[in-house]
Amino acid sequence: MRTALFPRMAALVLATGTAVTVMAACSSSDSGNSASGSVTISVNCQPPTSDPIDRKAFNDDIAIFEKAHPNIHIQPKDEFPCDDPKTFDAKLAGGQMENVFYVYYTDVAHVISEGQAADINSDVSGVKGLGDIQTSTLGVFKGPNGHLYGLPKTNYSMGLLYNRALFTQAGLDPNSPPATWDDVRTDAKKIAALGNGIVGYADYSASNQGGWHFTAELYSQGGSMVSSNGKEAAFNDAAGKAVLTNLQQMRWTDNSMGTKQLLTIPDVQAMMGAGKLGMYVAAPDNLPTLVKQYQGSYNNLAIAPMPGDHATLLGGDGYMFNVKDTPAQIQAGIQWLQFENLTPGAGQFNYQRSAANGSPVGLPEPDLWKGSTATADDQAKAKYANVPSQNDQDFITAMKTKQGKIEPVDAQQIYSVLDGVMSAVLTNQGANIDQLLSDASTKVNSLLANQ
Amino acid sequence: MVATTDLAPRPVSAPARAPRAAGRRGRRVGTNLTAYALLAGGVLCFALFSWYPTIRTFLLAFQHTNFVGASQWVGWKNFHRLFADPEFVDAWRNSFEFTGVALVLGFGVPFVLAVVLNELRHWKTLFRLLVYLPVMIPPAVVAILWKWFYDPGNGLFNEVLKGVGLPTSSWTNSTHTAIVSLVLVSTWANLGGTTLIYLAALQNIPTELYEAAELDGANLLQRVRHVTVPQTRYVMLMLLLLQIVATMQEFTTPFIMTGGGPQDATVTVLYLIYKYAFVYFDYGTACALTIMLFAFLGIFSALYLRLTRNAD
Repeated sequence: MRTALFPRMAALVLATGTAVTVMAACSSSDSGNSASGSVTISVNCQPPTSDPIDRKAFNDDIAIFEKAHPNIHIQPKDEFPCDDPKTFDAKLAGGQMENVFYVYYTDVAHVISEGQAADINSDVSGVKGLGDIQTSTLGVFKGPNGHLYGLPKTNYSMGLLYNRALFTQAGLDPNSPPATWDDVRTDAKKIAALGNGIVGYADYSASNQGGWHFTAELYSQGGSMVSSNGKEAAFNDAAGKAVLTNLQQMRWTDNSMGTKQLLTIPDVQAMMGAGKLGMYVAAPDNLPTLVKQYQGSYNNLAIAPMPGDHATLLGGDGYMFNVKDTPAQIQAGIQWLQFENLTPGAGQFNYQRSAANGSPVGLPEPDLWKGSTATADDQAKAKYANVPSQNDQDFITAMKTKQGKIEPVDAQQIYSVLDGVMSAVLTNQGANIDQLLSDASTKVNSLLANQ
Repeated sequence: MVATTDLAPRPVSAPARAPRAAGRRGRRVGTNLTAYALLAGGVLCFALFSWYPTIRTFLLAFQHTNFVGASQWVGWKNFHRLFADPEFVDAWRNSFEFTGVALVLGFGVPFVLAVVLNELRHWKTLFRLLVYLPVMIPPAVVAILWKWFYDPGNGLFNEVLKGVGLPTSSWTNSTHTAIVSLVLVSTWANLGGTTLIYLAALQNIPTELYEAAELDGANLLQRVRHVTVPQTRYVMLMLLLLQIVATMQEFTTPFIMTGGGPQDATVTVLYLIYKYAFVYFDYGTACALTIMLFAFLGIFSALYLRLTRNAD
């Protein structure tokens, strides 16, 4: 056995604090503005060197942008992952956060509440197409005062990712994916009956991902994770019970979820890529991962709308502005983001370049736009599509009308609690769903009360 | 003048010795300065990365902080929060269970292995290498490897069990077997080091003692009981303490293999500290739990050393 005497976690926990101190001491107060009127901004989430195609595209975009805006200089940073929740606070506190920094939707409220993001409400009036960004997506970046603190980059909504080939083998119609959770259960049973280690339906139950999927499935059943004021748990109801009962029946009555549980994203993606899994809940951004990393095929993979008539979980990422930015840096940052992330035909929406690079074009998301901009983007995407987007047509159509709900406040903490519930149902045949929901609800209430 | 000089009392030797003493002091200071300079790096590292975090941990345990805004003094609130958390009791229970099972496997098995290795007459080096090999595999790799072994569907262990007609197990997927499964991993990964320490202790036992025991008609078990165990007692007692302290701080295997599941059955105290700090971002409560674990292990170690010293 190892012989570490000192409680190592003390050092681990305090490492964050030490990092803050050290970084604060080292931080510079460079305003980024020069006397000549030029402005320099640091921007993170440059694609890493391990992703040379996307990195080159990003760098090319910087060159194009700087040529068009000779007074603006972009300093890209290529940290990976772009946003690590474990170091996010330390970086903010240490003054090391970039002028324009990457965030997940789940970070936004926290950053605003800590006063670490600049209010850009009065700076965005000149952003073309701002009014064409979907209201729910833009709303993520608004603070309690209704002001805007950031701009979105991508969005996703959860659906049901499925293997068309296994549907066919099981005698199911791959063009009619399950529309309700009862359908999911029926189809999963038929797919699992193929044998040879094939699993009908899989779900996560560890590393906070179980709680995340519980949330997505709860929304699809018409439930909510927290009360409207965000102060109390709200999942201990009929919708929460329906989610868990459905999983319990698939796992233990139908035996359509396999025996291996405590699954996380890579486990399930590996199963799907290897053709051993019929369905799982996912966003469309899983499709390129399944193809690039797990030898899946776009022809065999498809995404359907989230089962049920209710809402689906929304998520995504974007950029916010350091509260210490000068007005010139904020303006420069907005112009850069507008070019790179919010202009059809340019930056991330340069489908011609993506197709030439062999990157997938024609996936359902990101789907940031509404109105005429959405139409123009759809047409451009269709023109250069290199994946069978007809496989995902139901999803694309449904997303126009399906209600999207964002993640709850303090999402990761709540997901951590619900991991236990998901793993209990999937590993313990006699799990008492009512008791599990009640216990989890009590714990989440305690968490929320302490925030 | 000469006589007078000869008869006159000798002046106090201090003025004559002073230069020599000052020189010695100077050399001592010079030598010490070099030593202090060499020591400074280590002291600085300890101060910055060990003592300072320890002191701040104690302070933060009574504060609410997110390292962004100003910290607030909250008294015992972080401790109250822990006591109200049902996972707190689970985590301690899981850690004690892990430690208990690890004592059976991780303490007994290396000792037996060391005795067997010590008795080998051929292929000694090869077997020692084989026993020690797992220690050289990074812990994360070990955890991922065993995760595959434990796959209830088509993992190595269940395939072997099926092959010999035995019932399969859910391993880490069951609340009943998860802890034992993790202890097996930890034992396999770490027993090499413990075995080598036992082996070194065994090889220090004078062979005359075994010869005398054999002449007295002692069989193998009796030789182990009456010679090996008493002669290695101090090493065993120290390793037992170190193992308890280490296993109470188990983190890597549950973090990678089970994520604390199923149903929090493998959330250890250290894992709960991690969750408070890096999932809930409640650094104060994480520090409160850290000092509770620190206090428990400190008191336990002090009592253990006192009791075992008295036993001598």
